[in-house]
Amino acid sequence: MQTTRLIGVRRFVLACALGFAPIAAWATDIAQFKVAKGAVYLERGGKRFPAYVGTHLQATDTVVTGADGSAGITFIDNSLLSIGPNSVLAIERYAFNSTTHEGVFDAMLTRGTLSVVSGKIAKQSPDAMKIRTPSSILGVRGTEFLVRTGD
Amino acid sequence: MHQRYLGPLVALLILGGCATSKDLVVLLPDKDGKVGKVLVQNPKGETVLDSAYAAARTSGGGLQRNAASQSEVKDVFGTALTAMPPRPISFTLYFESGTDEFTDQSKQEVKRVLAEMARRPAPEITVIGHTDQAGPDPLNDALSLQRAERVKSMLVNMGISPDRILTAGRGRREPLVRTADKVSEPRNRRVEISVR
Repeated sequence: MQTTRLIGVRRFVLACALGFAPIAAWATDIAQFKVAKGAVYLERGGKRFPAYVGTHLQATDTVVTGADGSAGITFIDNSLLSIGPNSVLAIERYAFNSTTHEGVFDAMLTRGTLSVVSGKIAKQSPDAMKIRTPSSILGVRGTEFLVRTGD
Repeated sequence: MHQRYLGPLVALLILGGCATSKDLVVLLPDKDGKVGKVLVQNPKGETVLDSAYAAARTSGGGLQRNAASQSEVKDVFGTALTAMPPRPISFTLYFESGTDEFTDQSKQEVKRVLAEMARRPAPEITVIGHTDQAGPDPLNDALSLQRAERVKSMLVNMGISPDRILTAGRGRREPLVRTADKVSEPRNRRVEISVR
């Protein structure tokens, strides 16, 4: 199905080969920054870029905020995520079929604070969305919740 | 640092190391007051959060389930909550029967879509086609996507950048009005625009 967005290493390599342009809209875009305050970065392929309102995200991107940073992200299945200061959030897997609403959404909060409003993926399949911290796994049946992890 | 302080400090560090991360998970009521459900699992155990402000906490002592106060939520998560993107909103459009023309009411709805986009940071939309329960799935999937693509071209002609528009065909999976199988129902033949 053309609307399925499963992002693999191949596309990632392709994106690098073509010369990475953070603002350009790729077919593999899965989300967009709607809020970016203070220091907000996107890590992709071992490189770090500043993120702005309108910057697109791809699966396997990591979002990092500084001490004064916070960011809000909307995904193509209408999942909403936001993170507070000193946070590290990795999108590990994301796929969404816009016809069937089947998909998968795995993210890892390594540090900081996270606010979630789950979207169509979690609504369609109760086990399709998972949020991890270094020590916990959250199975998301819906809809709004908060996560903090730290030492 | 004096030697006698070092013992307890080292013990604390070791304990902290074993306990891995300190987590706090809080379930919030939805915007309409409903409460969802989150299953929290870690090596110390597992718990289900299914009431407003139910909280799971992990520390050296294990996994505790209790409640978070609103002031704690504000203190710990205030900045993250303030950064939440605007909620997506949906508009529904109908066609004059057997044509590509929007009904008069739907023309007004398109104006509301444009106004909503103008209000949002980095606005995007998904145009989602829906069919009634007449006809087989594959046909309805194709038909609904076709209808969504047509609406996309109309919106592009009205000045919305194609980069901001995704299309989807939901076929007969999400009827607005429940009907028996094979029933032709104009209210289900519609296009939904989700603005995010």
